[in-house]
Amino acid sequence: MNMLHYWRAMWGIIGRELWRFVRQKERFVSALVRPLVWLFIFAAGFRSTLGLAIIPPYETYILYEVYITPGLMAMIQLFNGMQSSLSMVYDREMGSMRILMVCPLPRWFLLLSKLIAGVSVSILQVYVFLLVAWAYGIEAPWQGYLYVLPALILAGAMLGALGLLLSSFIKQLENFAGVMNFVIFPMFFMSTALYPLWRMKESSAWLHYLASFNPFSQAVELIRFSFYGQFNQYAFIYTLSAFIVFMVIAVLGYNPSKGMMMKKGGR
Amino acid sequence: MSDLAKQQIAALEIEGLSFSYAGKKALDQVSFSVNPAECTILLGPNGAGKSTLFSLITRLYDSHHGKINLCGFDVKQQTRQALSSLGVVFQQTTLDLDLTVMQNLHYHTALHGLNKKHANMRIQEELERLNMYDRRKEKVRLLNGGHKRRVEIARALLHKPALLLLDEPTIGLDVPSRQSIVEHVHLLVKEHGLSVLWATHLIDEIDSGDQVIVLYKGQIKYKGSVQGLLTVTDTASINQGFKKLTQGVEVL
Repeated sequence: MNMLHYWRAMWGIIGRELWRFVRQKERFVSALVRPLVWLFIFAAGFRSTLGLAIIPPYETYILYEVYITPGLMAMIQLFNGMQSSLSMVYDREMGSMRILMVCPLPRWFLLLSKLIAGVSVSILQVYVFLLVAWAYGIEAPWQGYLYVLPALILAGAMLGALGLLLSSFIKQLENFAGVMNFVIFPMFFMSTALYPLWRMKESSAWLHYLASFNPFSQAVELIRFSFYGQFNQYAFIYTLSAFIVFMVIAVLGYNPSKGMMMKKGGR
Repeated sequence: MSDLAKQQIAALEIEGLSFSYAGKKALDQVSFSVNPAECTILLGPNGAGKSTLFSLITRLYDSHHGKINLCGFDVKQQTRQALSSLGVVFQQTTLDLDLTVMQNLHYHTALHGLNKKHANMRIQEELERLNMYDRRKEKVRLLNGGHKRRVEIARALLHKPALLLLDEPTIGLDVPSRQSIVEHVHLLVKEHGLSVLWATHLIDEIDSGDQVIVLYKGQIKYKGSVQGLLTVTDTASINQGFKKLTQGVEVL
């Protein structure tokens, strides 16, 4: 067992994921349309009703579209993370996950490779979205487009690990509708993606409380600050910790002696 | 003679294996071995425990009771060495339908760490042997059931495993496709010294030289040669012997 084996296997997994993504044009289009609908319709509609004070990292008054752009970037990654977990549940039901699981490499490595593959796809989607947003007039300093990359990697990894974790506990494909209702929507709406924390505090103390503990909020803030060339240390540590916790539980979930099969009562 | 045969190591050795789902026993004290260059047919009706047994051998499940050794490696302790000597064809198709034959096979060789040149060579060898090389650039979705199965068998052999596990590989196939797969696998055993464990409930897939294991309600009812099965059950055909062992039906 050498490093080359690990390297080839990782590239095999990433290559497969990217190729599948390129092949599935509908998936690409829907991944792009979703944030654009929010940007062009929702944000434009709310522009006049939502006044925003000057808050870091912004140095001036901004339009609502500008405010929600980082949130939409994170939303792309959230959907992507959940979608790759959906594909893992599908793969497991269809059996192709078994091919991955019986190959002679440690499971944590296979899951990590799967995660990196998913994150790569989500970053590709985010940059295409940013290109369209730029054409629409939403611009950040040019360095921001570079600085945001590591933030996207970490945020994508955290959300991908959450997807992995869920996929290890979801037994059937049908249960995935529940993920939509109980994970994606609450995570997105109870976060700083659409409104800043101080705004929430004004209307609801508990919503403010929940949103500040929501790891998705921290991922959004990490992306928001780095997009404007700033480093938000708290958001970074929070997102990194959430990633580690989710990943450890996901690896345990896929462990044959502790994970999902044992939950079914196997001994 | 294969390496395993020279070293006198069983390709697969199972000892006292038990497994239950929610208190219901799926496997009960199962012990048997598959010798090098031997085709062993695991015969059992639906629900006998065949798929559970395969999931334990491939370590998708873990059992607290019993031992599984693959080519001398303990599946629990030396998982990676054990799995690298194993090729598997699962009951359901596990190919990516939107990718080509070649892409599917390259994915597998990458997972097993083969370099590109070696991978191409092995893919050509295995596909040619199954008359599928000309179709390597086609999308898997366009292949018929029999051809998909051939690709899966080729894939399972790319990394040159010592043991091939086949979980009801001919299910849903027409007679000629089934026959060609049965013949191909037996040829691999005879000419290349491959060890095979083949789960099925179709008796006509058994060759007279095969070893047979009859699994019923999680317990082994018989293990040994085809001739031995006929003698033990005092029957004239495998079908009758199988019925006698699994249904307690008295055969006239």
